[in-house]
Amino acid sequence: MLNLGRTSLGKAAGQRRRLPRPVRNAIGVLVSLGLTFLGLLMVTFLIGRVVPIDPVLAVVGDRASPEVYERVRIELGLDRPLYEQFWIYLSNVVTGDFGQSALTSRPVLEDIARVFPATLELATLGTLIGVLLGVPMGVLAAVRQGRWQDQMVRVLGLFGYSLPIFWLGLVGLLLFYARLGWVSGPGRLDVFYEGMIPTVTGMILVDSLIAGDLDIFRNALGHIVLPASLLGYFSLAYISRMTRSFMLEQLRQEYVTTARVKGVSHGRVIWRHAFANIRVPLITVIALSYAHLLEGSVLTETVFAWPGLGQYLTNSLLKADMNAVLGSTVVVGAVFIGLNMLSDLLYRLLDPRAR
Amino acid sequence: MKKTLLAAVAAVALVWSAGPAADAATPDDTLVMAAQIDDIISLDPAEIFEFSGAEYGAQVYDRLVTYDVNNVSDIQPMVAESWEVSDDGKTFTFRIREGITFHSGNPLTAHDAAYSLQRAVKLDLSPAFILTQFGFTKDNVDQMITAPDDRTLVLQIDQPYAPTFVLYCLTAGVASIVDSKLLQEHEVDGDMGHAWLKNNSAGSGPFMLQQWRPSEALSYTAFKDYWRGAPGLDRVFVRHVPEAATQRLLLEQGDVDVARDLLADQLNELRNVDGIVIDEAPKGTLWYLGLNVKREPFQNEKVRQALKYLVDYEGMVNTILAGQFKVHQSFIPEGVLGEIDDEPYTFDVEKAKQLLAEAGYPDGFSITMDARNNSPTIDMAQAIQGTFAQGGINLEIIPGDGGQTLTKYRARNHDIYIGQWGMDYQDPHTNADTFAANPDNADDAAAKPLAWRNAWDIPEMTERVRAAVLERDAAKRARLYEELQREHMEISPFVIMFQEIEVVARSADVEGLIWGPSFDSNFYWKATKN
Repeated sequence: MLNLGRTSLGKAAGQRRRLPRPVRNAIGVLVSLGLTFLGLLMVTFLIGRVVPIDPVLAVVGDRASPEVYERVRIELGLDRPLYEQFWIYLSNVVTGDFGQSALTSRPVLEDIARVFPATLELATLGTLIGVLLGVPMGVLAAVRQGRWQDQMVRVLGLFGYSLPIFWLGLVGLLLFYARLGWVSGPGRLDVFYEGMIPTVTGMILVDSLIAGDLDIFRNALGHIVLPASLLGYFSLAYISRMTRSFMLEQLRQEYVTTARVKGVSHGRVIWRHAFANIRVPLITVIALSYAHLLEGSVLTETVFAWPGLGQYLTNSLLKADMNAVLGSTVVVGAVFIGLNMLSDLLYRLLDPRAR
Repeated sequence: MKKTLLAAVAAVALVWSAGPAADAATPDDTLVMAAQIDDIISLDPAEIFEFSGAEYGAQVYDRLVTYDVNNVSDIQPMVAESWEVSDDGKTFTFRIREGITFHSGNPLTAHDAAYSLQRAVKLDLSPAFILTQFGFTKDNVDQMITAPDDRTLVLQIDQPYAPTFVLYCLTAGVASIVDSKLLQEHEVDGDMGHAWLKNNSAGSGPFMLQQWRPSEALSYTAFKDYWRGAPGLDRVFVRHVPEAATQRLLLEQGDVDVARDLLADQLNELRNVDGIVIDEAPKGTLWYLGLNVKREPFQNEKVRQALKYLVDYEGMVNTILAGQFKVHQSFIPEGVLGEIDDEPYTFDVEKAKQLLAEAGYPDGFSITMDARNNSPTIDMAQAIQGTFAQGGINLEIIPGDGGQTLTKYRARNHDIYIGQWGMDYQDPHTNADTFAANPDNADDAAAKPLAWRNAWDIPEMTERVRAAVLERDAAKRARLYEELQREHMEISPFVIMFQEIEVVARSADVEGLIWGPSFDSNFYWKATKN
């Protein structure tokens, strides 16, 4: 049955034994994954080598003697031709060695394992807030199209699109931290709690629960809530707009009218009929917005002294620490691909046609 | 629908209600500091060469000698309780103090001192030149630096340099005394423990490294057995806070005791706030314009002078740079041997125009300036653009990131470069050697001092810089530098403008922090809290 659509191909292949289709599919996915990463690395590598920044300077500083400078240049492999540099890097990466960061003197993987959980924690909470508020708001705006609820959602979304996050972050800190005292300040924890729980996942909210320390959990929550809400607000702006337009499209469909005529309740029409049909495109929207936050929002991280991937990547870029930049790029790439595969999986669960 | 939205709002509100669990106050036994510390790339004193790293080294390590932070010309004993210089000026014998222990419990001996200096020379990392300029090499250092017994350290140098020069270099971080036994335990492939020490500590100073998370936090715990007395506080926690406005908020809320990187306007507002004190310490960092002599107009000394009259020194210091800079026009900063406070240049458009006319540029000219795209560099550049225009010079600013402009500068591809220069060690030679010496002006020269970067060929002045560093009489030596600076100010392609003042905002509850003239003379160990 599997070969039904491929008879001609099957014939052309003659009697040769072929791998079963799921295996071939898996191989295809792997090959395309490999090619994606290869392309990603190659482009990043090239950009890193053509920017007019001297990576040796980042390591030795402006004052080093010419001998030291030359030695480090050779250590970094910068005396070799570009393709050779890339080949060496690639063969190391295949064995899981992403090299050392010139700026932290530590293996890049170790650095990323330290900074990524901070971003993951922030982005996840931010996305949760964005989805939790954004989706119902979008639905509300669509149902009450043109009325005050719709206008409010529109204005909120507009602010989210247009306000600089840097400014909003500072205003948020001034208001909720300095003036009202509702939240804790920048940083991930009070100094008092620093280093009191063992690092397991690197996400303090999770680690504190594992350690069973609710004080630390509450403290960490007090620190994360403002930056997460800020990120949540920006993803809310996007998610609510998209939800609204998806819903409007569905509500115009005849099946909705039919359902209403048949006397199906208002809530049921909206949630069971129309909303069920926008779940699939909505997942793409949410996954995109989540992936965007996972790259690390460098401005938010700067204002909130949040030691995440965004700051790490920007810092490394500005100082031409290419191992760190390439390593972070792979992580961001993996996040994108991972989320894509996850949303594919969710499609299959939610959309009977895709099963 | 409304119910769904309400439920969602309630859920988010619940997260918010967690609120600040502890009241906003720093622990009594801990000094908490907000600072930009992402410049640290290593914790090994043989490699440390950045401001924040130097400050770390000063807390964790001791050196042979030190200087009085209030009077830099007073060189004081530290790990070495006394020293002698031989008659020919080439042998220094240090007597090592008894009873000092490292954090590990190992006693500190002359062998550790010898090992530390040899190690810095052999590893040959960024700051190693501070030691190797005395003729130490990988091959001879074991013979030149020796410890005949536990209490005696002997240094033999290749030329009879001014003793002050040698001693000031030994006050630098690269000459920190490390725990040789501990490092030997962590040695991998003959690296003298370098890989390990990049992320760990092996010192005898008042604080021990507790944890370093790059671009996040640096924490210390007190070393109670410190030979000069236990530190006043048990712990120091430095949080990397990149944004100045955030640093200010943290300080005002009492979540940090000290904020290190506030901007001029924030400091001005804080000066009148109760409970906050502003400390100021002139640092040995100069801000200057480098005029590339490869560019035609700058080959004329009168054009170079004219530009020195087209900078509004006082105006900038009183406005955009308020509180953080002072006018300083010679290449040796205040607080260093040989300093002069001559300020021959003021903002004088007429004088500048006259000089330009004499030089054959009555209508001025167009030129570019490379500037780092950060504060205060770009602010200074813009102010200078305005005053240059009054003299008929059309200045185009090329903003760039630090690495970019520096790379261009080192390749001598700039017209004008605006930037800063910090001293490498507390001796005038460090600045004379870069501003006033250029042994080889060829494009492929090995040494690239600032004079080289601006293609200023000065064989005669280079010789005089050489003579000054060999003058053993301190008073005569100071005079040589004074003469050099006066001539330099008149003819050089450097518009030296300002000396930087480190301004620190702290809570009035914290006392006893020491802010010296360089970052490796900032000390926390005498700090206490009320």
